[in-house]
Amino acid sequence: MASKNGDIPRIGVYVCHCGTNIGGQVNVPEVVAFARTLPNVVVAREYKYMCSDPGQMLIKEDIQKLNINRVVVASCSPHLHEHTFRKATLEGGRNPFLFHMANIREHVSWVTQDPEKATEKAKAIVEAAVYRIQFHEPLESKHVPVHPDVLIVGGGIAGITAALTLADAGKTVYLIERESSIGGHMAKFDKTFPTLDCASCILTPKMTTVKDHPNIHLMTYAEVLEVDGYVGNFRVKVKKKPRYVIEDRCIGCYVCIEHCVYKTPKHPSEFDEGIGLRKPIYIPFPQAVPLVAVIDPETCIEFKSGRCPKKCQKACREIVGRDAIDFTQKEEILEIQVGAVIIATGFQIFDPSRIPEYGYGRYPNVYTSLEVERLVNASGPTGGAIVLRDGRKPQSVAIIHCVGSRDRNYNPWCSRVCCMYSLKLAHLVRERTGAEVYNCYIDMRTPGKGYEEFYEKLLHEGVHFIRGKVAEVTDWTINPEEAGKLVIRVEDSLIGVVRRIPVDMVILSVGLEPRSDAEELRRLFHISCSAEGWFLERHPKLAPVSTYTDGVYIAGACQGPKDIPDAVAQAGAAAGEVLSLVDRGVIELEPNIAVIDARRCSGCHVCIALCPFSAIAFHAEENVARINEALCKGCGVCVGACPSRAISQQLFKDEQILAEIEGLLMVD
Amino acid sequence: MEKKKVGFYWCASCGGCEEAVVDLAEDLLTALEQIDIVFWPVAMDFKREDVERLDDGEIFATFINGAVRLSEQEEIVKLLRRKSRVIVAFGACSHMGGIPGLANGVAREAILDYYYRNGPALESREPMPPDPERTWKEHGFHLPRFYENVRALDQVVEVDYYIPGCAPPPNVVKGALAQLLSDQPPPSGTVLAATHALCHECELNDTKPEEGIRIQAFRRPHLVDKIDPHTCLLVQGLICLGPVTRGGCGALCIKGRMPCTGCFGPLDGVRDFGAAALSFVASIIDADDPHDIERILDEGIPDPLGTFYMYSLPKSLLFQKVLPSNGRRTARTEPRREKAESR
Ligand SMILES: Cc1cc2nc3c(=O)[nH]c(=O)nc-3n(C[C@H](O)[C@H](O)[C@H](O)COP(=O)(O)OP(=O)(O)OC[C@H]3O[C@@H](n4cnc5c(N)ncnc54)[C@H](O)[C@@H]3O)c2cc1C
Ligand code: SF4
Ligand code: SF4
Ligand code: SF4
Ligand code: SF4
Ligand code: SF4
Repeated sequence: MASKNGDIPRIGVYVCHCGTNIGGQVNVPEVVAFARTLPNVVVAREYKYMCSDPGQMLIKEDIQKLNINRVVVASCSPHLHEHTFRKATLEGGRNPFLFHMANIREHVSWVTQDPEKATEKAKAIVEAAVYRIQFHEPLESKHVPVHPDVLIVGGGIAGITAALTLADAGKTVYLIERESSIGGHMAKFDKTFPTLDCASCILTPKMTTVKDHPNIHLMTYAEVLEVDGYVGNFRVKVKKKPRYVIEDRCIGCYVCIEHCVYKTPKHPSEFDEGIGLRKPIYIPFPQAVPLVAVIDPETCIEFKSGRCPKKCQKACREIVGRDAIDFTQKEEILEIQVGAVIIATGFQIFDPSRIPEYGYGRYPNVYTSLEVERLVNASGPTGGAIVLRDGRKPQSVAIIHCVGSRDRNYNPWCSRVCCMYSLKLAHLVRERTGAEVYNCYIDMRTPGKGYEEFYEKLLHEGVHFIRGKVAEVTDWTINPEEAGKLVIRVEDSLIGVVRRIPVDMVILSVGLEPRSDAEELRRLFHISCSAEGWFLERHPKLAPVSTYTDGVYIAGACQGPKDIPDAVAQAGAAAGEVLSLVDRGVIELEPNIAVIDARRCSGCHVCIALCPFSAIAFHAEENVARINEALCKGCGVCVGACPSRAISQQLFKDEQILAEIEGLLMVD
Repeated sequence: MEKKKVGFYWCASCGGCEEAVVDLAEDLLTALEQIDIVFWPVAMDFKREDVERLDDGEIFATFINGAVRLSEQEEIVKLLRRKSRVIVAFGACSHMGGIPGLANGVAREAILDYYYRNGPALESREPMPPDPERTWKEHGFHLPRFYENVRALDQVVEVDYYIPGCAPPPNVVKGALAQLLSDQPPPSGTVLAATHALCHECELNDTKPEEGIRIQAFRRPHLVDKIDPHTCLLVQGLICLGPVTRGGCGALCIKGRMPCTGCFGPLDGVRDFGAAALSFVASIIDADDPHDIERILDEGIPDPLGTFYMYSLPKSLLFQKVLPSNGRRTARTEPRREKAESR
């Protein structure tokens, strides 16, 4: 059969072994012999690794020596190597779109148990590709400029680091943070493992640099609403929630808060994990960036009854002379244009009330690790004093590792940081209170630079290490020694006895989880999540901060549990990827756009309202619809709808798809 | 110049297409100056033997209307195919199966049962199913076999041209005849009508909103108080198949304030008329919630098969197999459900 452009197809088929990945399951020589019998196949070869240089060379040589004009490679997923082989086709002297990839790894060898069936399946997929490629035509790629600005979502340590790296390179960065201050989890800590350097000493300077950087537009109390567009050209709608305090006017002097009608704070502070209290107008923590007050309409009397004397507003106006408080502030929707996106939205902690045996929420002196981080923090609600809810200093403290992690009933994964922060908290508790500390662990996991050494140090500080999973925390006491205390029951698996340890305080080392709204964000940015809900990287080893959506990168704990050094390293990597994209300046788009054949179009208007990118317009003079090439993203929606078959999509033409199906069904 | 021999035949049809030929009126008489009718059972007394006597290919063109369901119809169209250089499928039934083709939505046995055994219109007389071999008062005779399903003409014999319509309007028939008799006849396989969808020639196309069509409720013509004659019917929520139907009729139904039901069939390149119709109608529904969509469809389109396949069910991919043969896709032409047939 002659192809549409008149030339007789001369097809080369290359079947890859992929080491044993394919070759171990599929009888490759048999597939090659079969390919030789297919129409217009001039040459069929096998090779150990088609993606290697010698593999690509086979294609180039056959194009030149055998005058091959269509190339089919049967190997892995096009996600991985389509680009490689298109390039080889081009370098051999053919249009790169005269290539088609048949996936016999992900679609066959990895998922088919029986080698015979796998071989048959591979043949069918090769035949489909051979049938399809007869209908391929040379295509030109479209080049579009990349918008140089960058969006970063999430202002934890990962987002901050990426923002600073990019801004220092001269890029304009929009940093969107949902809370009223940036800083993320790290801002809550007093010290960080393993060096025990003060978290705010290393974080605060970065936070203020973000605020002052001329290239960073910081938007706090803000969220992404809508994302349109594609790599190089995203249009993003951002919602700025009203904080009822005008950011530019507020100087963070606390005078309003002092004058609030609530003489003393009554409402649990979110930043302090409920350990401390705040007023309806508050600044979450003294190092907050931006250092601007915020009013919580849920607790503010003015918002609830409209009858507050509004002393805060008066104080700001009359004492400070700033008049920063504005009860009528409205939510604002801003639209920004960027070329690339980094998502750095971090994690949330496991909610330990899901494990009733540990008594969280029932016994006041059972704490989460994050609550204790606030207790030990010098600028926290207790000024760094570790005290129980009734103000007493604990004499004995148990730290339970792996709460919610490594447990089939909750989260199966290891949260990676809890062993280390449990050691950190053990050290801090002993240092501040002198209490007896019992760390109950399942396995001690300290695989980081200086981490094992930190554990070693703790072993000599008199902390008790008990290897065993805690069964229960209870206030049911059986002897006077236990009276008034919490008892943890744990099997010490090193000596093989069940122990009851009475303590004053229990710290639950809760695991790290994907944020509950990760799914929404995933959908907004069209990226993928792993089954657990962490954002999925393009390749676990070789593309750890890229996603399957070009131009969208991930960094920090939103990709999986990790500590600060790893989060920072990923942030740097993501910034590097963004720089390489933005500085390239242009990107090549798949030429898979839709085209209307004006000779067939009746001007029926069916397609016009359907295009999600508003690429289709009606031209009344000619009574036909037209697609704007620059706007079409090749989504295919209009193609399926056109009742006149006037619209076709390049690389997905009817005859290509039907030929592919036909080829697939030919093998019996 | 010798006159060209022409034949007419009807299969499963309502007779409207015969009427359409007669409707040519004076034009028919003019045509008769150029042609010589050798077979036209409806109007003239020719017999099968008269056709059999002709040489193969002696007839210039035979116009066949109606779908094929009986063995007799199959025999005669095959005979006519042999005797004719050009076969023209005339009208929707022969083009796509037409209204009789809707019977393919019902099993053969159910049809026979309803009409010959248990149907409400039967009196208590003894059931008389149309068995091929029968005797009546000692006379034995053959009845044609009633095939398992209805077929369009080109599913039985090769067809050179199609004149669409239910029935084909005079202007279309005239145009087609002129094209056929011209020195440069169109390529074989051509549907002799417009190449654009009906909207292209409909006066109301201009009234569609610039931003496209979005429909929140479909309305059925007989339940609508008043149809606005100056606004596109589709925009008014009536299912007008103008966007998916080949033009050429001059939007006759729309001028009569009835939505197009698609008798001219699909445009070139559309494989399945009903699927294309369904897919465009589904695309313009203005709802995201699956429940809303379901409600809009249930309330507005209670008979989807009749709505989208009124004339084209036998040509649909529904109930069919596509058999590859040397890369050419051909619809299966043998009667399906052989088993029931052999009984
Ligand atoms: C109790 C505890 C102690 C720890 N101690 C240490 C330690 O000592 N040393 C160490 O190395 N690691 C420690 N870790 C780990 C450390 O917290 C993480 O490695 C680090 O916080 C990861 O940073 P991140 O920027 O990825 O995420 P996060 O710190 O979670 O920051 C994410 C930011 O994104 C924002 N955000 C989320 N969703 C959105 C959205 N949709 N739109 C806009 N903004 C959004 C959040 O408000 C937040 O500001 C500890 C963890 C815990 C739980
Ligand atoms: S008094 Fe005014 S300037 Fe000071 S913190 Fe309050 S709102 Fe800001
Ligand atoms: S749907 Fe098809 S025929 Fe209708 S206006 Fe769009 S391109 Fe033209
Ligand atoms: S394929 Fe059609 S609907 Fe999709 S973006 Fe292109 S023009 Fe718009
Ligand atoms: S949809 Fe029907 S009424 Fe509307 S323009 Fe098309 S043919 Fe005319
Ligand atoms: S408007 Fe439609 S249904 Fe009516 S005659 Fe024309 S094609 Fe047939």
